[in-house]
Amino acid sequence: MSAHADTHGHDDDHGHHHKETFVTKYIFSQDHKMIAKQYLVTGTIMGVIGVLMSMMFRMQIAWPEEPNVLFEALLGKWAPDGVMDADIYLALVTIHGTIMVFFVLTAGLSGTFSNLLIPLQIGARDMASGFLNMVSYWLFFLSSVIMIISLFVEAGPAAAGWTIYPPLSALPMAQGGSGMGMTLWLVSMAIFIASSLLGSLNYVVTVINLRTKGMSMTRLPLTIWAFFVTAIIGIISFPVLLSAALLLIMDRSFGTSFFLSDIFIQGEVLHYQGGSPVLFEHLFWFLGHPEVYIVILPAMGLVSEIMASNSRKPIFGYRAMIASILAIAFLSTIVWGHHMFISGMNPFLGSVFTFTTLLIAIPSAVKAFNWITTLWKGNLQMNPAMLFSIGFVSTFITGGLTGIILGDSALDINVHDTYFVVAHFHLVMGISALYGMFAGIYHWFPKMFGRMLNKNLGYIHFWLTAVCAYGVFFPMHFIGMAGLPRRYYTNSNFPLFDDLANVNVIITIFALIGGVVQIVYLYNFFISIFYGKKAVQNPWRSTTLEWTTPVEHIHGNWPGEIPHVHRWAYDYSKPGHDVDFVPQTVPLKDGEEELQH
Amino acid sequence: MTALLTIIVLVFILIAIWQMVKIFDLAQAKGGSDTSGVATDKDNTMNGYLMMGFLGFIYAITIVSLVKWGDLPLMSNSASEHGPTVDNLMVISMVIIFFVQTVTQFLLHYFAFKYKGEKGKKALFFADNNKLEAIWTIIPVIVLAGLIIYGLNTWINIMGVDESDDPLVVELYAQQFNWKARYAGADNTLGKANVRLIDIDRANILGLDEADPNAQDDIITTELHLPVGKPVLFKMRSQDVLHSAYMPHFRAQMNCVPGMITQFGFTPTVTTADMRLTPEMQEKVTRINKIRVENSKPLVAKGEEPLERYEFDYLLLCNKICGKSHYNMQMKIVVETQEEYDAWIKEQKEFKNSLIN
Ligand code: HEM
Ligand SMILES: [Cu+2]
Ligand SMILES: [Cu+2]
Repeated sequence: MSAHADTHGHDDDHGHHHKETFVTKYIFSQDHKMIAKQYLVTGTIMGVIGVLMSMMFRMQIAWPEEPNVLFEALLGKWAPDGVMDADIYLALVTIHGTIMVFFVLTAGLSGTFSNLLIPLQIGARDMASGFLNMVSYWLFFLSSVIMIISLFVEAGPAAAGWTIYPPLSALPMAQGGSGMGMTLWLVSMAIFIASSLLGSLNYVVTVINLRTKGMSMTRLPLTIWAFFVTAIIGIISFPVLLSAALLLIMDRSFGTSFFLSDIFIQGEVLHYQGGSPVLFEHLFWFLGHPEVYIVILPAMGLVSEIMASNSRKPIFGYRAMIASILAIAFLSTIVWGHHMFISGMNPFLGSVFTFTTLLIAIPSAVKAFNWITTLWKGNLQMNPAMLFSIGFVSTFITGGLTGIILGDSALDINVHDTYFVVAHFHLVMGISALYGMFAGIYHWFPKMFGRMLNKNLGYIHFWLTAVCAYGVFFPMHFIGMAGLPRRYYTNSNFPLFDDLANVNVIITIFALIGGVVQIVYLYNFFISIFYGKKAVQNPWRSTTLEWTTPVEHIHGNWPGEIPHVHRWAYDYSKPGHDVDFVPQTVPLKDGEEELQH
Repeated sequence: MTALLTIIVLVFILIAIWQMVKIFDLAQAKGGSDTSGVATDKDNTMNGYLMMGFLGFIYAITIVSLVKWGDLPLMSNSASEHGPTVDNLMVISMVIIFFVQTVTQFLLHYFAFKYKGEKGKKALFFADNNKLEAIWTIIPVIVLAGLIIYGLNTWINIMGVDESDDPLVVELYAQQFNWKARYAGADNTLGKANVRLIDIDRANILGLDEADPNAQDDIITTELHLPVGKPVLFKMRSQDVLHSAYMPHFRAQMNCVPGMITQFGFTPTVTTADMRLTPEMQEKVTRINKIRVENSKPLVAKGEEPLERYEFDYLLLCNKICGKSHYNMQMKIVVETQEEYDAWIKEQKEFKNSLIN
C-alpha cells in the first residue's frame, strides 16, 4: 500500500485500484481528501473545547463573586462550591489560547484546506508523500490527546499563558500548573511541531513538483499561493519554537540555565545563573509572530478565492495579491520584537521593530483594498461562504487598524498586556481566521462530503456570529484603554475599575450567545454529512480544477487523465464568453488573450 | 443563580434560532425557490440589506462605545511630563483609524449591498488597474511614514534617560505577589544587591550587600512616594518570575526580569491631591462610589461589611502574568510636594538600622 501511494503522482497509476479496509480508508488513510476531513473533525472537537473554556472564564470575569453551578459541574475540585480557583482561571485562558491558535487555526485550518485543495487545485493525484501526510495527521492527533490529558493532571494544567514565559513556566513552585501540566504541554507542542513540519514539507514539495501541465506558478489560484507561502514560513519558524521548548525542558528537568538566573523563591535561592528570560521571549516570538500569519494567510487565500467566485469577477490585482503575500511573509519574520518593547530589550531595537511592524500595514492595506474592489460592480452571490468572506475583510480591517497603535512602541507602553491587545488580536487573527475557516467549510463542503450544507442555517450562523464577534471584542478596546490588564482573575481588588464591570457583563453576554450559536453550525455540519442535499459537480460554478473531479471521491482524484490547464483561475464574466465562468481546463479561443494580471 | 439564569437564557436563544430557521424556510417555500443550497436572487437581496444593517450596527457599536466608555481618564489625564506627547500621538492615531475604519467599512458593506447578484446580470471583468493600486500603496506609505517618525521621536525621548538632570533613583522590586520600593538615600546611589544575599532571618529581604557602603542608607518601603516635578529613574528587579511594573497614569511600564536590571524614567507632574481635584477624576470617583454603594446593598443584607468608599490613588499594577495572585499585585503611589516627600522619607528606616542582628 505504501509503495504505491507514493506513485500516485503519476498519470499511469490512476487505474490501479486496491482493496481498502475500513481501517485504511477511514483511519490510517493516506488519501489527502480523507486526511483533510480528519483534520477538520479533530480541529472542530478542539475548537468546541476551546470555546467552552472561553465561555467559562468570561463568566468568571463578569460575575466574579458569585458561585456558579456550571463551574462546579465542569471543573470539579477546581471550583469548590462553584467558586473558580484563581490558578484554574489562568489555566483555562492558557489552554484556550493554545488550542485556538495551534490546534484549531493552524492544524484545523491549514491542515484541512492545504490537504484538500493543494492536490485538487494544482491537478495532482495526491500529496507528494501520502505516508508522511498520514504520519503528520496522527502526530497532530497524538498531540491533541496529550493536550487534553494535561487538563486532568493533579496539580493542574499549564497556566503560564499561551506564551509560557519562564521562569513562571519553568518552576513548579511558582505555579501549580508548571509541574506535570507544563511538561505535558511541552511534549504535546513538540509533537505538534513535528506534525506541522512534516505537513509543511509535504505541501511545499507538492506545489513545486506536482502541478499539472500548464499550471504555471502565475496560474495558481491564490489559495495555493497562500498555503505554499504559509508552509514556508512554518518551516522557517517552527523549529525555533521547538528549540525554545527543548531548552526549556532542559532548564526544567536537567538543571541547565538557559532562561533562568538569580532566583529566590519560597525561601530558597535556586542554583540557576546566567540565563535570561528575555532570550526565551526572542525565541518564542520568532515563531509566535509568524504564527499569526501562519493562521491568517491561508484564510486570506480561501477568502480571495471565494470572493472571486461569488462576485463572478476576477480577483482584483492578482499579481499584487501574490506580491503582498510574499511581502507579508517576509516582513512577518522580522517584526517579532513588537511583543517585547517593554521586556527590557534595548530601546534602540524597539525603534527598529516599530519601523518594520508599521511597514506590514502597507501590504495589508493593499490586500484589503483589492478585496473591496473585487466586489465593485460584481454580481454577488450571497452564499454563506461569501458572507463569511465579507465578514473576514470587515474584522480584518477593524482588528488590523489597532495594530498601528500596538506596533508603535511609544503607545504600546500604555496598552501592552491590557484588554486592548486581547481585542486587537482576536479581531485581526482569531475571528478573521475563524471566518476564513468557516468560509472554506461552507464553500468546499460539497467537495469534501458530496452534499450541501443548509444555507439558511448558514445565514443564521453568520449573522448571529458576526453581531456577537463585534459585541465581544469591540468594547474590549475601551476597557483596555482604560488600563484594565488582561489575565486578571477578577478586577474587584481595584475599585479604580469598578465602572468597567458592566462592560464586562455585556461582553460576556455576547460571548455566551456567540458560543451557543455555534451549535447551529455543528448541527448543520454533522447532519448535512449524512442527510444534506446531494451536491452537483460544480455547485458554485467555479473555474478551478477541484470542481472537475467527480462528486464521489476516488483515489487519484480524476478517473481519466489529469486535465491540462490553459488559463489562470479567475476568468469570471470574461467578455467574449457566453457563460460567466471559464474553467481553467478550457483552451484559449482563437485570438483570445490570456489576461494575467 | 447566575448559572441558572444563564442556562435559561441560552435555552431561549436556541428556541429563537429554531424559530428563525422556520421563518427562513417558510419565506423560501412561498417564493417557490429551490433548496439546492445555493443562494437565489431572493437570498442575495435579503443578505444585501442585512449587510447595510450590519454596517449600521458597526457604526452604532462604535458610537455607543465612544459615548459610554470613551471618557478614558487614563487616556487624557496623564500625570507625567511625557504623558501629553503620548496622548497626543494616541489621539492622532485614533483619528486616522476611525476615519479609515468608517470609510472602508462603508465601501465594503455598501458594495455588498449595491452589487448583490441578479439572474442575467453580468459582472464587470475588471482584473487590474496599476494606477489605483499605486494610489492605495502610496497613501498608506505617506501616512505611516508620518506616524513612524512621530512615534520613534516620542519613544526615543521617553526611553532616553538624561542622567544630567540628576534623577531620583528608586528601585522597584517585584516578588510573588507584592512590590517593594528601595530609595537610594542621601548618596542617591543604590547599594549592590543580589537575591543570593537575601537573609530573611536578618530581615535583609531584598538581598542588599551589607558590606557595600552605598547600601547602608538605602530605604525599603511598601508605598511609592514621589516628589512632584522631580525626574525619577526606576531600576526594576524581580526575585522570582517575570512581573511588569505598570503605572498607567504616568504612561509608564517596564518588565521586571529576574537576573537583570531594567529601567524606566519619568517626571511626575500632578500630585495625588491635585489629581483628586480635577473635574474628570471627581466625576469618575463619584460614579464609582455610586456603583460601590449599589454593590454594598446585597452585602449589608447578608450582614457583611459594606464596601469601602473609593478615593483616588495612583497605582502600580503588575501587568505580566506571574501566578495565582497576579490579579492582586499592586502598590499605592503617592505624588506629593517636595516638603511632604522629605518629611515622609525621614520617617522611614535606613537599611543599616532595619537589620536584625
Ligand atoms: C468564542 C470566542 C472567543 C472568546 C469569547 C474569547 C475570549 C478570550 C478572552 C477574554 C481572552 C483573554 C483573557 C485574559 O487575557 O484574561 C482570550 C485569550 C486568548 N484567546 Fe480567545 N476568545 C475567543 C476565541 C478565540 C479564537 C478564535 C482565538 C484564535 C486565535 C483565540 C485566541 C486567544 C489567545 C491566543 C488568547 C491569549 C491567551 C493567553 O493570554 O495566554 N480566542 N480569549
Ligand atoms: Cu506579532
Ligand atoms: Cu503579576
